[in-house]
Amino acid sequence: MLFKPISIGERNDWQLLPLKKDIMDVNKNSYTFTFSAILVVVVAAVLAFAAESLKPLQKENIRLEKMQNILASVEIEATPSEAKEKFDQYIVDQKLLNSNGELIQDSELSAFDIDVVKEYKTFAEDERHYPLYVFEDGGERKYIVPLAGKGLWGPIWGYIALNSDMASIYGTTFDHKTETPGLGAEINQNEFQDKFVGKSIFNEQGAFVSIKVLKGGSDVSGNMHAVDGISGGTITSKGVGEMIERTLGLYVPFFKDNNKQASL
Amino acid sequence: MSETAEATKAIEGKAPKEPLFSAKNKRLISDPLNDDNPITIQVLGICSALAITVQVKQAFVMALSVVFVMVGASVLVSWMRNLIPSRVRIIVQLVIVAALVILVDQVLKAYVYDVSKQLSVFVGLIITNCIIMGRLEAFALGNKAWPSFLDAIGNAVGYGWILIAVAVVRELFGSGKFWGIQIIPDAVYEFGYSNNGLMILPPMALITVGIIIWIQRSKNPKLIEEA
Repeated sequence: MLFKPISIGERNDWQLLPLKKDIMDVNKNSYTFTFSAILVVVVAAVLAFAAESLKPLQKENIRLEKMQNILASVEIEATPSEAKEKFDQYIVDQKLLNSNGELIQDSELSAFDIDVVKEYKTFAEDERHYPLYVFEDGGERKYIVPLAGKGLWGPIWGYIALNSDMASIYGTTFDHKTETPGLGAEINQNEFQDKFVGKSIFNEQGAFVSIKVLKGGSDVSGNMHAVDGISGGTITSKGVGEMIERTLGLYVPFFKDNNKQASL
Repeated sequence: MSETAEATKAIEGKAPKEPLFSAKNKRLISDPLNDDNPITIQVLGICSALAITVQVKQAFVMALSVVFVMVGASVLVSWMRNLIPSRVRIIVQLVIVAALVILVDQVLKAYVYDVSKQLSVFVGLIITNCIIMGRLEAFALGNKAWPSFLDAIGNAVGYGWILIAVAVVRELFGSGKFWGIQIIPDAVYEFGYSNNGLMILPPMALITVGIIIWIQRSKNPKLIEEA
């Protein structure tokens, strides 16, 4: 026992050890400063080391998760370990659009590395890039669009896959950061996501109408442009609707253009 | 050991040797589980008990993380207890707890990414868990590492089992599930039963904790107060 114990509250007798030496006063100002400085430096070093050494693993996890999410929108289940392989197999093309819905040719950027949320945050509207993933299975092409929007408590995001007619929905996947469990958080469940399947984002006249998410419990039978929201998760549900309308709206010129040409 | 020998030892500067699991040490673990439970008796850590007991899985991983942080912080603080200047001790404890929590978060993100996604903000909130700071301040700062370790285990598990118990009730009646698997059969729903939406909202956590306190008080003779 080298140092004088500090007197905080009561101690049990058996733990209070007699002092042999009294070489350092732990309550001196200089000691307090030195101690705090050393502690902070040590903690910072440990955390920085941990963060740096774990970063590659974490980044890889995020990439794999993105691949899983993209694949989930076309109903392909992939575990993290097989995500990369399946992604390379099914996603045959990745494109970038500008804010007018035109294809950007020969871009140096890779569509996969575009973080949609970041695009919205950091770039002006006409400088943003909009990725589009082309999925192909058995000759059938689907077009996957990444979505980003706001829920009740925080960001929500997802992917929506359109059939080759670029109008009807093949599948969706949504996720959220901090929506209320059991309510808004249900947007990441299949029961909700499957409601979008088969709906169409264009009306009979060919105008873009998107898909509305109505208040939970609404009757949507026969309505091709609306789905029933989550009861008790109305704001999150509306956020999903808003996200789909705003994001898909940006791709509309591209969809229309390519519908005429019938090929990419 | 005779009394004189014990006294001599104490004078020589050595505490009397105690068995690792003496009655006193055992009580450090068993007390917080029931008689002195941090949630139901001391009413600490209620905040997280309300926030993350909607699903059992979340509650379980949360309990596990708290056990790790609590044990790590208690042992570290106990080792350093004679070096920590008393005027900045709270900040020092906070730094240690925060560092451990960040560490847990980083490791979860790297190795069990899907679990870490589910817990998201809740892991960070461990820092503000009153039980951890409370035990550091009240126990680890004045005791050796081994008793501090036991005390940390006891309190973290005492916190964890209440969390899981509340989560079981809320998930069962709120969503008809356990660990994400539906256990109330569809037939029951067809019969007119429906999930209790109130169960997944925070107030029901408080009521559930209240019911646990009620049951505990009526069963445990030590806790029954004279009318």
